[in-house]
Amino acid sequence: MSRQVNRTIILSVATVAGGLGLSALAHSPDIAGQAGSGFWLGTLLLWLAATLAARDLAGLAAQQRKPSGLLALAVPLLVGFLLVVLWELITVGAGVPAVLMPPPSMVAARFGGALPVLAADFVQTFVKSALPGYAIGCAAGFGTAVLADRVPFLRRGLLPVANFASALPIIGIAPIMVMWFGFDWPSKAAVVAVMTFFPMLVQTGAGLAATGRIERDLMRTYAAGYLTTLVCLRLPQALPFIFTALKINATLALIGAIVAEFFGTPIVGMGFRISIEAARLSLDMVWAEIALAALAGSAFYGAIALAERAATGWHPSMRAAR
Amino acid sequence: MPRASAAALRTVPPTDADATEDRAPEPARAVVSVSDLSLTYETADGPVYALSGVDLAIAAGEFVSFIGPSGCGKTTLLRCVADLEQPTGGELWVNGVSAEAARLRRDYGFVFQAPALYPWRTIERNVALPLEIFGVPKAERRERVRRYLDLVHLGGFAKKFPWQLSGGMQSRASIARALCFDPQLLLMDEPFGALDEIVRDHLNEQLLSLWRETGKTVLFVTHSIPEAVYLSSRVVVMSPRPGRIIDVVDCSRLGRQRPLEIRESPEFLAIAHRVREGLRAGHAYDE
Amino acid sequence: MPMTSEALAPPARPVARATLAEGNALPIATVVLTIVIVWYLSALLANWTGTFDALARAGNPTDLQAVATATMQQERPVVPAPHQVAAELWKGVFGFAPSSKRSLLFHGWVTLSATLLGFAIGAALGIALAIAIVHLRSVEASIMPWIVASQTVPILAVAPIVIVALGAVGIDGLMPKALIAAYLCFFPVTVGMVKGLNAPDRMLRDLMRTYSASQTGILLRLRLPSALPYLFASLKIALAASLVGTIVAELPTGAQAGLGARLLAGSYYGQTVQIWAALIGAALLAALLVQAVALAEAATYRAMGVRSR
Repeated sequence: MSRQVNRTIILSVATVAGGLGLSALAHSPDIAGQAGSGFWLGTLLLWLAATLAARDLAGLAAQQRKPSGLLALAVPLLVGFLLVVLWELITVGAGVPAVLMPPPSMVAARFGGALPVLAADFVQTFVKSALPGYAIGCAAGFGTAVLADRVPFLRRGLLPVANFASALPIIGIAPIMVMWFGFDWPSKAAVVAVMTFFPMLVQTGAGLAATGRIERDLMRTYAAGYLTTLVCLRLPQALPFIFTALKINATLALIGAIVAEFFGTPIVGMGFRISIEAARLSLDMVWAEIALAALAGSAFYGAIALAERAATGWHPSMRAAR
Repeated sequence: MPRASAAALRTVPPTDADATEDRAPEPARAVVSVSDLSLTYETADGPVYALSGVDLAIAAGEFVSFIGPSGCGKTTLLRCVADLEQPTGGELWVNGVSAEAARLRRDYGFVFQAPALYPWRTIERNVALPLEIFGVPKAERRERVRRYLDLVHLGGFAKKFPWQLSGGMQSRASIARALCFDPQLLLMDEPFGALDEIVRDHLNEQLLSLWRETGKTVLFVTHSIPEAVYLSSRVVVMSPRPGRIIDVVDCSRLGRQRPLEIRESPEFLAIAHRVREGLRAGHAYDE
Repeated sequence: MPMTSEALAPPARPVARATLAEGNALPIATVVLTIVIVWYLSALLANWTGTFDALARAGNPTDLQAVATATMQQERPVVPAPHQVAAELWKGVFGFAPSSKRSLLFHGWVTLSATLLGFAIGAALGIALAIAIVHLRSVEASIMPWIVASQTVPILAVAPIVIVALGAVGIDGLMPKALIAAYLCFFPVTVGMVKGLNAPDRMLRDLMRTYSASQTGILLRLRLPSALPYLFASLKIALAASLVGTIVAELPTGAQAGLGARLLAGSYYGQTVQIWAALIGAALLAALLVQAVALAEAATYRAMGVRSR
């Protein structure tokens, strides 16, 4: 047991230290762009060490009686570290042209250097376009689902249509929305609202239908009215479904806002920046925007996942994760 | 006011003294009165006669069990009393009013086959659910929840979630939930069906002493003969296709104090024998 | 053939299905009809001012009826009327030779081929990953979080760059678009398959262990069959995602062909009707593809002798 722990620690430390060391080495003028076989052997060894460390860590995490977040987090962190380091080593070591694939260090430098631009783009695309659209789309989808649930005729007609619509390439309405609402953020928010509407409608509809017969009968024996049943029973029952939609929509919202900017935009915004910088072949800026998008997307998703855990901790799927 | 009518009914003395025969008590006193009740489902394969020509009167303070093979309509009958199903023929009165009116004034507590506790509520909030819906003030709510959780010996588990409790404990919580607004009529649909024998015995004992102490009227659906005989003042034996009553067996001669050992006594075995005979007769009709 | 399967089915089921279909057909038709009516109304309202001004400038009568009729026939309407879109769609599909650049069939085929290639790659990758995840704990622990994280990266947004980068190393044509599509569609397949492969409960797995079946045996005889419903459900999502990925990948790279290119060209030149026609065309394609998966699902179940739900 303790020998295994020791080996894991040594391997992990070796991976991190080796990765950092090799990365530093790669930038020395003798190696950058003309790395010899020794360098590549080192890279290969690093890969091997990381794989073994990840395997051991996974084994340790599984052995723990009370799974703590730390060990479970260590494995993906290690793998992520390895990916970034490999990317750095290969691009720098083999001298891959930056117009093709800039190394992470270059992207990071650009990220740090272009903070004001990134911040402006973030506000335009995420705060002004994605968030309002997300809020409108989710609220409208939820309201429609509750309304459709109240009127059975509407439910039977609307839910299949919504199910169909959620499989459609809705992003394509972006040019139409630009035509209707102009170049600035309202058209982006509109695209996002339409995109997020259908998943919420479908999920909430399914959630409201998920109530068991005994539970409904119980409310009936209490002579509880429609509203009481909705608040006390059916909405709590539908919460996991609603959170699923909120999570799906979190990724959709950012994608929608960025892609909608490809169809015309004022000279600010993540989508605008990506397309303009890609055309100028300054891929480090493009990757900096991608990193920003990934950060914002993950943070948004993570915030909703946390809220989900707080609100639906009673649900079996959440208990397993505990 | 539901409480007022229930209180009026409570003044009626326990009836095991006068219910010596299979004869129904005075209709005027009946908590549940059923005459010529029938319920027919229309299905693709033709009509299904879930209930047919059922006559029964249950007086205040009685413990009546319904027993029979599956499909005999015992659950359907209970659900009709609770206004969860609508009979297609005959008459049904609960506390002197229609089943719907009785449901609307919350005359009864229903215990389902499954505990049906809401997983997002703690045990105490589950028990408080009907009180919340009925608009009982918070202080009284807290007091009642504590009292009834103690009654079913779950006092220490108020803050737990349902999944942290065993099946028997969940059953007890669902009984506390049915009792907490103090209905004088309890409708129980195989509440212990999914539990093991030992837990079931234990809950049967608790239910019996609860009934003795509170004088409530209980309608109890089961398919266990010992359980029916042990608990009941009367056992109603039913048979399927069409669902109907084929025998009503009086168990009041076992007395109101019933230790578990009574199940080995000759009187008990004789009554159980008669119930079994009735079930067998009903089954023969089927084959 | 259909006769046989009908006859083999238990008698109650066709009845139930028929009543269900009858039960939903009317509400669905009502909702669709309402959408069409609302569409016409919004075409009328949205185009009103522009049409009115145009008619007045040309000195034409501007009474109610004349304007109302004209709103339905604008060349560049704010909202085109449904019949205009239908006519454009009809013209695009049947008006030109399928090889013509003006044919929607041509563009549809360009999009479809990239979609299908991407779907094939993504689905194969997704299934392979799922099998690896189910069998190797280290793979699950190290890869699964990144698979989830990979989906929070808005790949759709960076699709154009991927295409540019791949183009720079000489990969162009179908493949870059297909790769974007594959990236989008492997995720639902992986998640659905992992769920499905883990679907058999403990007792069923223990049964296989009492036979001391090999991992491969368990996979083939137990895990894969029970994963099928999950697989088909996720394949439908994946196919729709693959189509979206392809269309977006066609957007800003100056692609000459494909439904996405049609959308962009329409947007550049203000050809509203063309945008709508391309959009409806894409929707029809999506419906067709999802329906194809549903048919494959039904056929598989029939071949296995399982009653599909």
